[in-house]
Amino acid sequence: MTSAVQTSKKKNIFMRFLTMNTSGEASGRELPLWRQLLLQLLTLLIAAAVMFPIMYVITMSLSSVSTRPSSLELFPKEISLDAFKQVLDRPTANPVTFWELLKNSFLLSFGVGLAALLVAVTAAYAFSRFNFKLRQILMILVFIPLLMPAIGLMTPLFLMMNSFRIFDCGSGMIAIQPFLSCASTGKLLFNLRDSLLGVGIAMISGALPFAVWNLKGYLDTIPKELEEAAAIDGADSNQVFFRIVLPLAAPQLAVTFFLGFIGHWQEFAMPWLFLTKPESYTLAMTLYNMTGQYANAIPWNRFSAMAIIVAAPVAVIYIALQKQIVGGLTLGGVKG
Amino acid sequence: MAARTAPVETKRTKRQRAILPYLYLLPAFLVMSVITFYPLIYQVILSFTNFETKHLMLGMSSPDLENVGLKNYVDIITGGLPVQNFEFFRVLVYNIWWAVSNVALHVPAGVVIAVLLNVRGLWFKKIYRAIYILPVVVPPLVVATVWRNIFDEQYGAMNQVLTAFVGLFGGDPVRIRWLFEYVPPISWLLPTGALPLAYYAMMIANFWLGWPFMTLVATGALQSIPSDLYEAAAIDGASNAQQFWRITVPLLRPAMVPAAVYGFTLSFNLFNFVYFMTGGGPARSTEILVTFAYDLVRNLRLYGVAAAFAVIIFFVALTVFLVTNRITRATESYAEA
Repeated sequence: MTSAVQTSKKKNIFMRFLTMNTSGEASGRELPLWRQLLLQLLTLLIAAAVMFPIMYVITMSLSSVSTRPSSLELFPKEISLDAFKQVLDRPTANPVTFWELLKNSFLLSFGVGLAALLVAVTAAYAFSRFNFKLRQILMILVFIPLLMPAIGLMTPLFLMMNSFRIFDCGSGMIAIQPFLSCASTGKLLFNLRDSLLGVGIAMISGALPFAVWNLKGYLDTIPKELEEAAAIDGADSNQVFFRIVLPLAAPQLAVTFFLGFIGHWQEFAMPWLFLTKPESYTLAMTLYNMTGQYANAIPWNRFSAMAIIVAAPVAVIYIALQKQIVGGLTLGGVKG
Repeated sequence: MAARTAPVETKRTKRQRAILPYLYLLPAFLVMSVITFYPLIYQVILSFTNFETKHLMLGMSSPDLENVGLKNYVDIITGGLPVQNFEFFRVLVYNIWWAVSNVALHVPAGVVIAVLLNVRGLWFKKIYRAIYILPVVVPPLVVATVWRNIFDEQYGAMNQVLTAFVGLFGGDPVRIRWLFEYVPPISWLLPTGALPLAYYAMMIANFWLGWPFMTLVATGALQSIPSDLYEAAAIDGASNAQQFWRITVPLLRPAMVPAAVYGFTLSFNLFNFVYFMTGGGPARSTEILVTFAYDLVRNLRLYGVAAAFAVIIFFVALTVFLVTNRITRATESYAEA
């Protein structure tokens, strides 16, 4: 309830931050030169600190040298796309193509984002617009899973998904656990836990309450006058919802979807726990595999190229939606 | 007639209206009851069992699955787990300290840089703003992997920078084992165990990641402070420092407290970052609650214990929420008063 107020207040921070009047013409007071230079030194130092890892990665990714860096380079000496080509060609030692990894990442983030949104929107509408007996209790019920860090529900989800398996019992018989099982031990055909579908369902478990809560906050900020006018004109509740509220909320639905997309794109813990087959790995998992003590054979220029590829969609969406995202971030503050 | 039928009509529409919200709630609650609420309950049931890898095949119907009562909880709290280097209260204290120390650095830095960028007549403001926003845009997971490489003992940029610096005075190449050195640089800092070098490395990386968001929020709040306040103060002879402490800071507080609370919750459960930087190492000294919970289910595969641990995490999170909610509310009334 307070979150709605916060959004409207903070929604435009990002935009204001970049476009605010910075000429300083408003006041007559000029900054003395020595102070200007001192402040410039400070701001430049901060800019250098911010740019340091970014330039480091960009420089490495544009280098064709596949040995590890022996000295520090922050500006590209050459512009070679070898590392990107190698990553696109053969991202890991496993027999899986880059496009499969991309497809898996995309399917998960797109599917989970869309499914959560579609299922959540009517519930959010009910919480935002209706006053009913169980409202308080049901809202607390939606809030409880939000308190739990995403890692917290992984054990039961893992075991639930793992208990859904399809076996080939031989002689053309197929058994679906936990409903049926083979007389003797059969051959495992499909384990929901070890599939993108299972991971997706498990991810929706956390995404859905979040989407309900988030969308409710958004819908609260849409003025009710239009709906009241439509109701007076004889529209029933369903018409009001589909003809008025949904079109009005469309931009915010899109923002919620993209926020979800950004989050699920970076989802690592759940797929890393569930998936064992390299062909169902995601980009985030691949990036993890490219660092650390078990990745001694991975050249850092390839790692850097992969890092840039994983970061790119998120950065693009952020920049395109900068206006709304900070509002959404503070709104989602309940979830760790 | 009209007067008699009207109540009947409203009664029917009333009933319809009473059912309607539940119809709208139905799809979400149907899905959530299967994949959100049921797992929450299942988790509590699991936490009283000794569920392990050998029970995966048959699940809850395994013949040797035992009800162990509160054993899992007791083991976690008293250190009875078959896990090395794990003490619950040390991890909890470290986790709280990690979140507090992060926020304590990010918020003041964010405010100071926002004020710096807000100085009238500063050149190239737009360029600086565009650059300062970059850490917010890059996914934390990528940031963590990149910083992990920067802190690499042999090839990392951090040691190379230090080597170049020390080289000016004719020193030897620097080979600091940032993420793996176990001997803590300052041995007395926390009552439950000293902070390893990896903690400081992670603080540096997370500082890079964290302050720009605070600057964003602070800049927004700064813009809404009317400039006549400063003019009036200047006329009354207030120095710049006085203006900062007496006007800027109190007026930023209502915006910064929720941001700090958000930052605290985020840092408290910062799974991806910690897991990608150190994985909780060396010897679990940078482990936070969520990374340990993950280790329990992914590597140690003690599902019953993991469930109990998640239940404990839930109550920790609930406490954190209640406390932070209190703080936010308190400052809200402060802002209104």
